[in-house]
Amino acid sequence: MIDTMLSRPQSLFDQLESMQRLLARSFGDGAPGGIRAVGYGAFPEINVGRTPTSVEVFAFAPGIDASSLDVTIERNVLKIAGARAASNAGRDAQVQLYANERPQGRFSRAVSLPDDVDPLKVEAKYRDGVLRVSIALSAAAQPQRIAVN
Amino acid sequence: MADHKELTTTPSTDSSQRPVAPAVDIFEDAGGITLLADMPGVSRDRLEVHLDGDNLSIEGRVELDAPAQMRPLWAEVSVPRFRRTFTLSRELDAARIEANLKDGVLTLRVPKQAHAQPRRIDVRAA
Repeated sequence: MIDTMLSRPQSLFDQLESMQRLLARSFGDGAPGGIRAVGYGAFPEINVGRTPTSVEVFAFAPGIDASSLDVTIERNVLKIAGARAASNAGRDAQVQLYANERPQGRFSRAVSLPDDVDPLKVEAKYRDGVLRVSIALSAAAQPQRIAVN
Repeated sequence: MADHKELTTTPSTDSSQRPVAPAVDIFEDAGGITLLADMPGVSRDRLEVHLDGDNLSIEGRVELDAPAQMRPLWAEVSVPRFRRTFTLSRELDAARIEANLKDGVLTLRVPKQAHAQPRRIDVRAA
């Protein structure tokens, strides 16, 4: 199931994009892609999927206290906000820093949801550093079985 | 980038599945080096910390509890695999590395060899 979640149709543009992302990671120059995309390196990274009954949003936000995550839905926009403490907080002058790539501090990301979701039926879970938000589709958008008399 | 570490990439035939290098923080204090790596979606049983001579590699597979019938609409994380390799230097004690994984963050503590740790030498009164 993870494979279907994470795979995208492979095209030349996808390969170009992954190259850009690789370059961006090396040189720190963000290269925006789609309309909802933010410059590469946005935190947390987000995947969105759809099932017949729900929309699933996965936010890759490792190392966060789940209770400090702020998840809101307003006018079909899902917002995920929180803060991540610096790993070396309180370090003294004796500590030598070699790499500091992990994002820290406050973050906030928004995802626009499809129109047919029911914003009152939402579940959020945080596991292994991934926040999963499931938003049920509105009853009218769910597949229905019609009884034949 | 620090001269202390080296990122190595292994050639892969399938470029779309090349593992992603996790973002890391590395810092050193008197007792050793601490490394933190962001590996969201990796659970303990899908994480491998491997030591081969001087090469320390961390590798993990991302597993999401996604419903089976889900189809992707948008994917920023498209490669479900993390890997990164570091070269340890000699004064580090590879045998005593401690690894801890919590909420998708791997913390590695690599202590220095006892003889490499700074010592205060007592001066005895004659």
